[in-house]
Amino acid sequence: MGDVTTQTNASGSDPVPNRIHARPVPRPGRLVAAAVVLVLAAMAANALITNDNFRWDVVWLYLRDVVVIRGVTWTLVLTFASMAIAVVLAVTLAMMRRSDNPVMRWVSWLWIWFFRGTPIYTQLIFWGLLGVLYPRLSLGIPFGPEFFTFRTEDVITAFWAALLGLAFNESAYLAEIVRAGLTSVDPGQTEAAKALGMKDGKIMRRVVLPQAMRVIVPPTGNETISMLKTTSLVVAVPLTLELTYGTSAIGNRIFLPVPLLVVAALWYLLITSILMVGQHYLEQYYGRGFGTATGRRGRGKGPGGKQAAIAAAGTVQEDVNREVTP
Amino acid sequence: MSVVADSAALPADSTDMVSVRAVHKVFGHGHDAVHVLKGVDLDVARGEVTVILGPSGSGKSTLLRCINELEEITGGTVVVGGDLMGYRQDAKGTLHRLHPKAVAKQRSRIGMVFQRFHLFPHMTALENVMEAPVQVRGLSKKAAKQRALELIERVGLSDRMDHYPAQLSGGQQQRVAIARALAMDPELMLFDEPTSALDPELVGEVLSVMQDLARSGMTMIVVTHEIGFAREVADHVVFMDDGVIVESGPPAEVLDTPKEERTRNFLSHVL
Repeated sequence: MGDVTTQTNASGSDPVPNRIHARPVPRPGRLVAAAVVLVLAAMAANALITNDNFRWDVVWLYLRDVVVIRGVTWTLVLTFASMAIAVVLAVTLAMMRRSDNPVMRWVSWLWIWFFRGTPIYTQLIFWGLLGVLYPRLSLGIPFGPEFFTFRTEDVITAFWAALLGLAFNESAYLAEIVRAGLTSVDPGQTEAAKALGMKDGKIMRRVVLPQAMRVIVPPTGNETISMLKTTSLVVAVPLTLELTYGTSAIGNRIFLPVPLLVVAALWYLLITSILMVGQHYLEQYYGRGFGTATGRRGRGKGPGGKQAAIAAAGTVQEDVNREVTP
Repeated sequence: MSVVADSAALPADSTDMVSVRAVHKVFGHGHDAVHVLKGVDLDVARGEVTVILGPSGSGKSTLLRCINELEEITGGTVVVGGDLMGYRQDAKGTLHRLHPKAVAKQRSRIGMVFQRFHLFPHMTALENVMEAPVQVRGLSKKAAKQRALELIERVGLSDRMDHYPAQLSGGQQQRVAIARALAMDPELMLFDEPTSALDPELVGEVLSVMQDLARSGMTMIVVTHEIGFAREVADHVVFMDDGVIVESGPPAEVLDTPKEERTRNFLSHVL
């Protein structure tokens, strides 16, 4: 920087003839603070690496173990499948919440109230007990004839119990996120689309949802990362194939629980990091035309309200690491 | 109630594009009710430009929104192009509310331009103009694009068609919004204070597009504070205050020799 300035000065082409070259304010505190923090970080790193209790050799060995890799796969399957089901349910629930039909609004409210209001662990236990509580499932008219009947344990296997348990619980949280997204879209957008003769369904799909996605995607990414770790609770069903149970089983067998916990932690960290990159690109895509710092083309004021105004003001930095993982 | 009974006395004059009869609009219920339109009659002939003037809160925007069913009227009738808006009347004279799909179809023949543009921010200017013909009319993308390019040229924005609304000035956004409304080949265009949200130096470009449109024979109802535009372009000027039409007539009459005290008062403030 200084070099450039002197160069242009020397050639006499600096457009600012009286450029200020002042000394910065002395801030000795900054150096001290940085030094203290660096020393503390070094101590933490040292404590992790040099402590033999962590048995990094065992960690490295089991990081690539077949059982561990299989656990990672199951964890990923559970995470993405349950999120996919939850997203579909959440959009439906959010639309029901906005419906003119009071029955729809009530059912949606009740669903969210129940699944948000009870612990996921308890819900998963009940999903596992479904076969005991209801040995037979049947399709028919309530208090009337039954058309199809099957044994619960044939249909709701441990995998499906875990999957549905995670998905139903998550759908309650996501529904609120979707609802917030839908309400964040300027009502003028719906009016403009109506005035053009678009029907309600088209207005939702073509105009409202694409704009709501800007608000929906960041917290949904956060929920996905959260779900990745919530899958470790499916032992309550019990489903014993995923990463946490798999690694702790090995740890117990070889009497080295700590290194195997580290193995699991490292895998969760790696997957989370990859998810964060994916989320970054998704946000970039849905931010187009809104003048967010990461938008595909350009910046400026969109009619998107708070988010766009915040982005335009540049008071909040938008980067991959913005999301906080609980 | 008598207002609804009057509706049996239809049908409107066939030369009229718009025929508003005894329209009342009440927002809210009970103690919170606000009576915004108190019996409005308005006729707009085909190819005619009507400018509605009036102080804010006089109900002029509400009237405009009642014409294309963005607001459901409380009493009276609105007939556009010979069609009763929002209702079907059976042989006994009973009104039946139309299905939302039928209302959407009625709206598709009426273009509307808003004060705050309301362009779709996630679509480029070109995509904004193509959207309704493709999604509502089922036009092929190719045909819609060709038509959209013509319209964007007509409003003088061919070099900006790939820009998102956020990258356009207010005047440019409003011109795109006009092109978007025209893409549906409307029989009637409604303008709700189209220049009120613009910086002063950008008002002219939008007004000149509207003036061209009027010259091409489009039927237009314009709510505006631009007295100059009313004088030059309007066939009729309507002055509204407190939910009723106080005075209407040719621009020279209403603007230069107003009969009513309220009109004189208003004009002395805006001129």
